Amino acid sequence: MKLNMSISPHVRSHDTTRSVMLDVAIALIPSIIIGIYYGGWRAALVVALSVCSCVLCEFLYDKLMHKPNTIGDCSAVVTGLILACNLYSTAPIWLPILGGAFAIIVVKMLYGGLGQNFMNPACAARCFLLISFPSIMTNYPLLDGVSSATPLTALSSGEAVSLSSLLLGNHIGTIGETSAIAILIGFLYLVFKRVISPRITLCTVGSAALFLVIFGNMAGLEVNMSFMTTQLLAGGLLFGAVFMATDYVTAPVTKWGQVIYAALIGLLVAFIRCYGGSSEGMSYAIIIANLLTPLLEKATKPKPFGVRKETAK
Amino acid sequence: MKTALERLYNGIIKENPTLVLMLGMCPTLAVTTSAINGLGMGLSTCFVLMLSNLIISLLRKFIPDSVRMPAYIVVIASFVTIVELLMQAYVRSLYASLGLYIPLIVVNCIIMGRAESYASKNPPVASFFDGLGMGLGFTLALTIIGAIRELLGAGTLFGFNIMPDSYEPISIMIMAPGAFFVLAVLTALQNKLGAPSATNKKSSESCAGNCAGCSAACSFRAEAKEGGDGK
Repeated sequence: MKLNMSISPHVRSHDTTRSVMLDVAIALIPSIIIGIYYGGWRAALVVALSVCSCVLCEFLYDKLMHKPNTIGDCSAVVTGLILACNLYSTAPIWLPILGGAFAIIVVKMLYGGLGQNFMNPACAARCFLLISFPSIMTNYPLLDGVSSATPLTALSSGEAVSLSSLLLGNHIGTIGETSAIAILIGFLYLVFKRVISPRITLCTVGSAALFLVIFGNMAGLEVNMSFMTTQLLAGGLLFGAVFMATDYVTAPVTKWGQVIYAALIGLLVAFIRCYGGSSEGMSYAIIIANLLTPLLEKATKPKPFGVRKETAK
Repeated sequence: MKTALERLYNGIIKENPTLVLMLGMCPTLAVTTSAINGLGMGLSTCFVLMLSNLIISLLRKFIPDSVRMPAYIVVIASFVTIVELLMQAYVRSLYASLGLYIPLIVVNCIIMGRAESYASKNPPVASFFDGLGMGLGFTLALTIIGAIRELLGAGTLFGFNIMPDSYEPISIMIMAPGAFFVLAVLTALQNKLGAPSATNKKSSESCAGNCAGCSAACSFRAEAKEGGDGK
């Protein structure tokens, strides 16, 4: 009898970083198609520039630092796609280039590359751009030649947005965030392929809904059906909950850690939207929760099976 | 003369208080939003440091060991008050933009550190030049950090337009995160170029860790002494 002797692990998954990243990229396609459909060639240009900038920065950084080339894992492509989805199609051409460089070099590579970054690179880059260029980052594109506000700013000035336009994406928003249906297709694809578990996404949306009711009432806003659908479907909440909060690197790995992390994102985004000066708040909520990830993992560390309480230290 | 030059070199390059000893981080990060603010803060600290070192060195034989800290603070606070009143009278706009950080020079740990580790053990002239060197090193570091932040964050340098009109200022650079970015990149460059820095092992090996037989204030000693106050 032939015995095969080897060190554990004995059962290996066939998933590689590359295959996971390609699945995320595929899941992003519906949202990007909707964005390009409404935003035109400018939206396509923003996506292309952002991806090129991310990949090129990673390549150059590896080259200059004499490190092995890591662009093959496709994580830079995904970072570029997610960053582009967070920008308006009216962005000047240097904006996605600068954002991509910041995401890859400062947020990811300086901390040691993929797996070592403590913040979601695309999310941190969006916050960097939002703080640095507030007027450019809120320069809304025209829709059918008419200038109007995003659903969230319209909501805060008392206007209502129809449910069908929220679902189909026929309203003002960043390239990736407008159509709830497109994001949902991407979400179902990721869950079906078992790239992500639905836990973080569902807890984030659920907690956001709960705290929007609580904070909305406390802040004296009119909390009705139209308020809730607009808050949940418009803006970055869904996109962030599906594509940015579920990042493997910056979300906790433990089950309860993920639940607390997601609930925290929902709480923060509801708080920022109801009390903050800006009508958006998802990216800040995610990076703040990212910072607490190591703590949450430590607090929810599972006990090894069969170890008694006294000895489990 | 030789001691004076050695002290100047030590303060500006070898043991630059900001970039090598990493002391006085509070004003370094807070006031360097523009080159002129950095220069103003640096020069006022330099003035206080020079004169407080001189006076403390002159009085070092008379100050009882058990009350030396309160005594140093009285000397330092007197000079800070002089600087504050002078700035209020002659450079009103700089005084307004530095605000609270002028009175806070009293508790600047570079000044306390030099008084404790150098001026209280060395003759007046050497102490005076030690203060001057440390002060100029601090000024230089603050001006460099301020200039980089102003150039990127506002497109100007000492208030003059440098960048082309099409340049869009990266305003995060003149907010708090910008200070950390610039300081981190400068330290990384120092390490890369083999210059003395807080994390460069080569520069601290020269003393072989023999702190007991060493009169200079190096980063290890300074950290051990100033570790608790966080300023």
